[in-house]
Order: sequence, then C-alpha cells, then structure tokens
Amino acid sequence: MSVNKRIVADFVKNDISFVTTVPCKQLAGVIDEIENSLEIFHIPSNKEDEGMGLCAGAFMGGKRPAIIMQNTALGVTLNTLATLTQFYRMPLPMLISYRGELGEPVACQVEMAVHTKALLTQFLIPTYHFHKESDADELDNILKYTFMCNKPVAILTDATFWKGEKE
Amino acid sequence: MIRSEVLKSLLPVISDEFVVCNIGLPSQELHMMDDQPTNFYMLGTMGLSSSIGLGVALVQNQKVISIDGDGSVLTNFGTLPTIANNVADNFILLIIDNGSYGSTGDQPTYAGKKTSLSAVATACGCENVVECQAEDAAETLKAALASNKMTIIVCKCESGNIPVPVITMDPVSIRDRFMNELKVRNG
Ligand SMILES: [Mg+2]
Repeated sequence: MSVNKRIVADFVKNDISFVTTVPCKQLAGVIDEIENSLEIFHIPSNKEDEGMGLCAGAFMGGKRPAIIMQNTALGVTLNTLATLTQFYRMPLPMLISYRGELGEPVACQVEMAVHTKALLTQFLIPTYHFHKESDADELDNILKYTFMCNKPVAILTDATFWKGEKE
Repeated sequence: MIRSEVLKSLLPVISDEFVVCNIGLPSQELHMMDDQPTNFYMLGTMGLSSSIGLGVALVQNQKVISIDGDGSVLTNFGTLPTIANNVADNFILLIIDNGSYGSTGDQPTYAGKKTSLSAVATACGCENVVECQAEDAAETLKAALASNKMTIIVCKCESGNIPVPVITMDPVSIRDRFMNELKVRNG
C-alpha cells in the first residue's frame, strides 16, 4: 500500500471522518486520498487557523477531525492552538509537511523549518517526526494517543519521508 | 439599537437554539442575559465563530447559529468562501455589524466605511444573504430558521457597549455542556 493510502487508512481506522486541508506539494497525494475517501468529509480551508475552527466545531458535533497543513503556517495557528484547541481541551491530529528539511530545494522554507520544533515544544504540543517510511507504522498509535489525551498532536513529515526512502 | 439590545431582542428566538457566540462582549452579554447549555462562548480566538459553527453544523442535524461581529468576520474573511462552498442548511451566520471593534473600545472597522459585508458574502457565493436593521433582527432570524436554508444575516446596528462581567466558567465546562446538549438533542 502507498504511504498516502496507509495514512488515510489509519485515519479511517481511528474514526476520523472530518479532515480539513491547506495544500502543500508534498501533501498532494495524501490530500487526493482524503478527497477520494468515502468515509471522510474533506473540507479545504483557506487558512490553517480557520481549519482549526472547523475542526473544533466538528469535534463538538461528535466527529473526529484532523488537519493537514504545512509547517510554514504554524505561526498563524499558535493563538488558535492555545486559546481554542488547548484551552477547551480538544483533540486535533495535525499532519504537517515539514518543509525546509533535508532535500528542500527552496531556501526560504528553511526559515520556518528552524523554528518548527521549537515552537511546537514551546506550546507543549506532542510532536512526532516521520523521516523514514517505516516511521508511519506509529501513526495508528499516535492517533489513538491524540484522542485519548484530547490534545493537538503534531506529526511532522519531511521530504525524505515522502520520497519513501527505505531504511 | 446597540449590540446588547439586538442580542436581548433575539433571546426569544435563540434561547433554545445552538449558538456559537463571538469572543468578548457578545459572549459576555449573552452569558449574562441568558446562559444556556446550548451556548458555546468563545473566550479567545477572534474570528473563528463562523468556522466553529459551520463545523458543528456540517456533522450533525441540529440547527446552529454563529453570532459573529463585523470586526471578527474581517479578521477571518476566508470563512465566507468556505461557507458558500460547503452548504449546511442547518447553519445560520448572524453578523452583528456595528461598524466597530466593540470589545476593544469601538475603533471603526472598514465594514462601517466602504466595505459591505453582505456584498462580500454574496460575491463569495453565499446564496441567502440578508441585510437587516437592528429592529428587524429577531424577525429576520426567525424567518431564516424557518426557511431551512443556510443563511447569512448582516444586522446593522449602532456601536456602543454596556458594562458586563467577564465569563468565569471553565472552558472545558462550556464545551462539555454544549457537546452533551447536542448529543441529547440528536438522540
Ligand atoms: Mg463590531
């Protein structure tokens, strides 16, 4: 199974049925899988904090949400993460493309990459970094953990991971 | 009429409905006048009332009214295309447009100048956009609820505030109460 299919299969296995996305080149395949999934309602958002608002609503309406976004948008979501997702204690898996890591062709992407983990740490957001394809084996457990503790949880997925390099 | 008077006039219509209420004074006023388990008060996160309300509406059957402000909609303009393109006929967005950032000292917003929020909503593809005056807010909202069509209401009113206490309820309690009430009503 492709890594995109595996990710969406793990979403479905964990009852995630409401996914908002803001595109990234690295995420194009997984976003297509989300769009084509019959079990998941896909709602593209225009900005990541808007998407987190949609996810908060879906969670209160009784569904399990997730957001798919790029790390460069982390800054615009910090207030929402603190004052909505965390303050009201809501679960939110954040599948994040980790731009600006090894293999990155665009220098500007590195400028947010160097802040990404520090910001997530500062906001006490449990963070997992997928570098090798086999790292995705943990996704099922990470999703279970997210809905167990009702917190936003970040899954950073870098270029090497999306290239599907073997260990 | 100022916003608190508009909210007061709406109470008979919204008291038994699920309401996601905008940050700051609108939530504080609603909480003071008519605290209900069906109310979700935003204690932070300016701009997301419409997004949260749409999210709730899309995944279950109860009607949801997002009470928003002109300043907050300006903060999250991207919400209008998302609403237009993801129609939930159990969703009403009520924008109380007093032309100012009421909670921060009534600084003027662009909505009180050249920018028409109802024209923007229409341009974004929203199909049922109604602009009304403060005096007609309750009737307009009642009609929107009865229509069973997703509706955007822009209610023009005067700027101005009344003294009102902050909400000291725990956010998790607000959220839990709201979720449980939704669950009960959805059966
Ligand atoms: Mg205002």
